[in-house]
Amino acid sequence: MTGSPVVGVLALQGDVREHLAALAAADTAARPVRRPEELAEVDGLVLPGGESTTMSRLAVLFGLLEPLRERVAAGMPVYGTCAGMILLADKILDPRSGQETVGGIDMIVRRNAFGRQNESFEAAVDVASVPGGPVEGLFIRAPWVESVGARAEVLAEYDGHVVAVRQRNALATSFHPELTGDHRLHALFADMVRAVN
Amino acid sequence: MSTLPSTPQSTGAPATGTARVKRGMAEQLKGGVIMDVVDAEQARIAEDAGAVAVMALERVPADIRKDGGVARMSDPNMIEEIIGAVSIPVMAKSRIGHFVEAQVLQALGVDYIDESEVLTPADEVNHSDKFAFTTPFVCGATNLGEALRRVAEGAAMIRSKGEAGTGNVVEAVRHLRQIKNEIARLRGFDTNELYAAAKDLRAPYELVKEVAELGRLPVVLFSAGGVATPADAALMRQLGAEGVFVGSGIFKSGDPAKRAAAIVKATTFYDDPKVIADASRNLGEAMVGIDCDTLPEGERYANRGW
Repeated sequence: MTGSPVVGVLALQGDVREHLAALAAADTAARPVRRPEELAEVDGLVLPGGESTTMSRLAVLFGLLEPLRERVAAGMPVYGTCAGMILLADKILDPRSGQETVGGIDMIVRRNAFGRQNESFEAAVDVASVPGGPVEGLFIRAPWVESVGARAEVLAEYDGHVVAVRQRNALATSFHPELTGDHRLHALFADMVRAVN
Repeated sequence: MSTLPSTPQSTGAPATGTARVKRGMAEQLKGGVIMDVVDAEQARIAEDAGAVAVMALERVPADIRKDGGVARMSDPNMIEEIIGAVSIPVMAKSRIGHFVEAQVLQALGVDYIDESEVLTPADEVNHSDKFAFTTPFVCGATNLGEALRRVAEGAAMIRSKGEAGTGNVVEAVRHLRQIKNEIARLRGFDTNELYAAAKDLRAPYELVKEVAELGRLPVVLFSAGGVATPADAALMRQLGAEGVFVGSGIFKSGDPAKRAAAIVKATTFYDDPKVIADASRNLGEAMVGIDCDTLPEGERYANRGW
């Protein structure tokens, strides 16, 4: 493809600005997505950090959930951080009643698994397919992956828990690279988008 | 679990309570609505309506105004009930300078502490040292200097003070405009002028320089105080607030669940008048509200803190 791929950030709520900046640094044309017609225009999509219950509720309310499911099922590259990871899980261990996910990764996630805000932390995390040493992992009321199916590849574990997963065109991390200024995971995702388009 | 043998295992020591972890938490709330709730049932209504967090307190500001007397930190039982009722973050208020109330809130496991002018100040000189806590703090401000003094004390999030419990958005508009205008002015200064600007703002030079470079506060900025309608919430976002606190405006109205959902919708689609119009239909009665000009000086919460 010619030019930069267009990568959207789901902008219902959460740390959208930081993802847009990280995607721009990874040489993509980044833009916010709040409506189905905006979703239709992007080559790939980031599901940002935020509150997963709020985001899924707003996605239903604004008719985005089904279009999101369709695009992800059709192979659109997608990257979810924290709440975004929860949205990409085929199953949530302890969902709020009626909490919907987009799905796309054959995994079960546990929300707030690392604890409440007082337990939130940062730590160095080695991630497979990210060269150049560990990334700075910012875990904020973070989920972890309880179990993964055969099709999902575990990219990183912290303290014995799965915190980064990839399944074909879908990538998910428990932590927030968008808040650190280290854009290697966004660069990896940008490569995934370029490979498809 | 089908962990590949090549999966890197990380076990490095975790660092809690860092500035990035505290400020990063507020980044997750952006674009959202934080609602005052006084019990578990209201907390569930707020969560179902799409709130990104709830503020647990015994009385909403409108009732604090009505009742008078000293307003203090809420009962730990009530805060714990709310923590148990919802999965979204729970915030709670300490009095200005009452660092022991803040210690108690941290021990209870609240996710954010609001050192709030809505409660009766405990210290008329000092705010709490917020670096001494793992739990992050949000503080109110009426102007840029005040906001940066709070950040200098360790606040990880700033909100306008507004005039809580009035249902009148005029003071929140004033404070947000003031903060945004002062930031815009700093952007136009050359480096020589920033030293004098810091002196005028009564704020640390390093923070003033950072704001001049970023063109925004180094922490998330929300609006608070007086939001009662979906259009109020959208107004605050169009004026530059990254999210909205709603206090008395929801549970002092005729149909709280409906109004809460409508305010969430208008906060997300703050720049789409059609969505705001739809969200504003048939919400029942808004809270009654108070004309701020009729408030005696002593009853203005925004004057508390400095």
